[in-house]
Amino acid sequence: MSNPASLAVSGLALGGARKALNRQVLIRLLVVTVLMFGFGFALIPFYEKICQVTGLRSILQADHVGPINTQVDVTRSVGIEFDTNSRAIGWGFRALAGGLSVHPGEVQQAVFEVRNDSARAVTGQAIPSYGPALAAQYFKKIECFCFTQQTLQPGEVRQMPVVFVVDPELPKSIATITLSFTFFEVEGARVLPSTQPANRS
Amino acid sequence: MAHSTADAAVAGHAHDHHDHAHDDHAHAAPSGFMRWLTTTNHKDIGTMYLWFSLTMFFVGGVLALGIRAELFKPGLQLWHPEFFNQLTTMHGLIMVFGAIMPAFVGFANWLVPLQIGAPDMAFARMNNWSFWLLPPAATLLVVSFFVPGGATAAGWTLYAPLTTQMGPGMDLAIFALHILGASSIMGSINIVVTILNMRAPGMTLMKMPMFVWTWLITAYLLIAVMPVLAGAITMTLTDRHFGTAFFNAAGGGDPVMFQHVFWFFGHPEVYIMILPAFGIVSHVIPAFARKPLFGYSSMVYATSSIAILSFIVWAHHMFVVGMPAAGVLFFMYATVLIAVPTGVKVFNWLATMWRGSMTFETPMLFAVGFLFVFTMGGFTGLICAIAPIDLQIQDTYYVVAHFHYVLVAGSLFAMFSGAYFWLPKWTGHMYDETLGKWHFWLSIIFFNVTFFPMHFLGLAGMPRRIPDYNIQFADFNMLATIGAFGFGLSQLVFLYTVLKCIRGGEKATAQVWEGAEGLEWTLSSPPPYHSFEVPPQVK
Repeated sequence: MSNPASLAVSGLALGGARKALNRQVLIRLLVVTVLMFGFGFALIPFYEKICQVTGLRSILQADHVGPINTQVDVTRSVGIEFDTNSRAIGWGFRALAGGLSVHPGEVQQAVFEVRNDSARAVTGQAIPSYGPALAAQYFKKIECFCFTQQTLQPGEVRQMPVVFVVDPELPKSIATITLSFTFFEVEGARVLPSTQPANRS
Repeated sequence: MAHSTADAAVAGHAHDHHDHAHDDHAHAAPSGFMRWLTTTNHKDIGTMYLWFSLTMFFVGGVLALGIRAELFKPGLQLWHPEFFNQLTTMHGLIMVFGAIMPAFVGFANWLVPLQIGAPDMAFARMNNWSFWLLPPAATLLVVSFFVPGGATAAGWTLYAPLTTQMGPGMDLAIFALHILGASSIMGSINIVVTILNMRAPGMTLMKMPMFVWTWLITAYLLIAVMPVLAGAITMTLTDRHFGTAFFNAAGGGDPVMFQHVFWFFGHPEVYIMILPAFGIVSHVIPAFARKPLFGYSSMVYATSSIAILSFIVWAHHMFVVGMPAAGVLFFMYATVLIAVPTGVKVFNWLATMWRGSMTFETPMLFAVGFLFVFTMGGFTGLICAIAPIDLQIQDTYYVVAHFHYVLVAGSLFAMFSGAYFWLPKWTGHMYDETLGKWHFWLSIIFFNVTFFPMHFLGLAGMPRRIPDYNIQFADFNMLATIGAFGFGLSQLVFLYTVLKCIRGGEKATAQVWEGAEGLEWTLSSPPPYHSFEVPPQVK
């Protein structure tokens, strides 16, 4: 076995078996590649599940609110300001009240109005945001037009409520909360396919 | 049943042998461009990878000089801000995917078969294909500068929503990355199979050279994370054109989610770019210290630990997106933990040099330079890992300084070290030692002139990815720009030295370096076109 010629023979005799073995490892690694490609996509629902369980990203669903009638903190008031934006959707969007003063723990309602100024039916989705950001976890929305998509016919006007309660745990340092909504057009959900596509510049 | 399998194996072998003779004949026939286009020889393909990456290194370098020229003084001089953003983005993409990664694959192609005593890579034709995917991908990237709206300007991290709003240059970049990713995956599979199945008799896993070990682990990392990047950019593509809303807030998606998916790829990626560098340095330092590598098995375990830990630290790139404190703490501690195996490696290299009979030829200069400057980058990495500090320096020039210390002084200097170390083996000629030393000293001085001031700029609050800046940052920026042009021009010395070495010079012996060890040094310089057709016996 120790002389080079016989080694060469044994080495070459391995050739076919080695080829099969190489192919076997290749296939396994390709399977791993495909699985990891799928894993990238699986991260999306996984991430959403984590956010749901930990309550990290609950802006589009109703907040869980405990018993609310006993916890009103009348010793202080918090100013609520409204900010409305619409982005490349062609809607007029405003809050009917300029602002509110609420006691923490008290159920309140604010009404917003949208008007479709464009010549086609448009589906929009409102995304809420808070200032200061810390206030977000204390501002509990029980009912909100942002929980669903809104479809407006040309010229249609709609008034929509937000029912909310400010958590009494809100830090004392926060005296004013700005609630901001931005309406985006939901792409691919255009209700009248015959109309011109929107100019997206 | 067993008998018939054996028969088939023997028959397969006879067939192989015939094919092989035919291959030899075929190799002799095509000349010029066709020889390189059709080659399945690992040495040819390694050479092409190295030339490709050197070309892209100069392309990316020119883009970097465009960035530094604009930042030479405050105010807008040369470029529109949009074009400046394209420069930073394309510099990053080209250097990461076009220069560093293919260069390491080039090293692997040349060295892995030689170091494990294999006749070639396991899948020679796939090897050819994985190289020839690169030029079209690079062309797509470069051409994207000339489409309406220019190249992608979203940063090399390709964050949504920037990427969902860019022009067609973004689509070209996505296609280019898909192709580059496919090439990387094929190259990695080839390397894993070669290392696992084609080692010479007697070479057990724990006898493998460190470069082979680091590449085995790197290849596994690549196979695990490149498909995740492919998924992320595919989602970006469908968000852009097919009405999905993975990252589009309006449709219920979340831009922050892109960052999670991207960095799940991106953090292992930074180790993909450094582990083979560790491997190269683990060959150069023992050779010139004339001592065996200190703590071989601890090196193997440290490399594996770094690779495993790299999967659970990704969100340290995202401390400012608003994570719960528990998440921040987890990612912070996990990140700091990586300093332990990295420290093991650094101390092992130091211990290898300890009381060695050291000489400082160019490869050793670059290896020691790597050790010094990479460790600085490692330490600034630790500083960035501390969440409260990171909140201050996120997206400042401090981060730019940090990752250039680990990527330029880490990966690039290690590759220069490896190039000078193996050039005599590859070409059969000694390179010009004087020019090599000039290249080293110019590089390390200008590198520090360029990037050291960026630490101060970052601490003073200068944000990255901006074409203009407050006048208080002017002096350090001017210094950095002078350094950058010096560094860029110094690389022409490298190009000249390599060309000169290929064209002639003192004949290299098979051993080349007195202290070098490994199977590749048992072959002549340059090695025969087909080497180790009879596997060597490893004791």
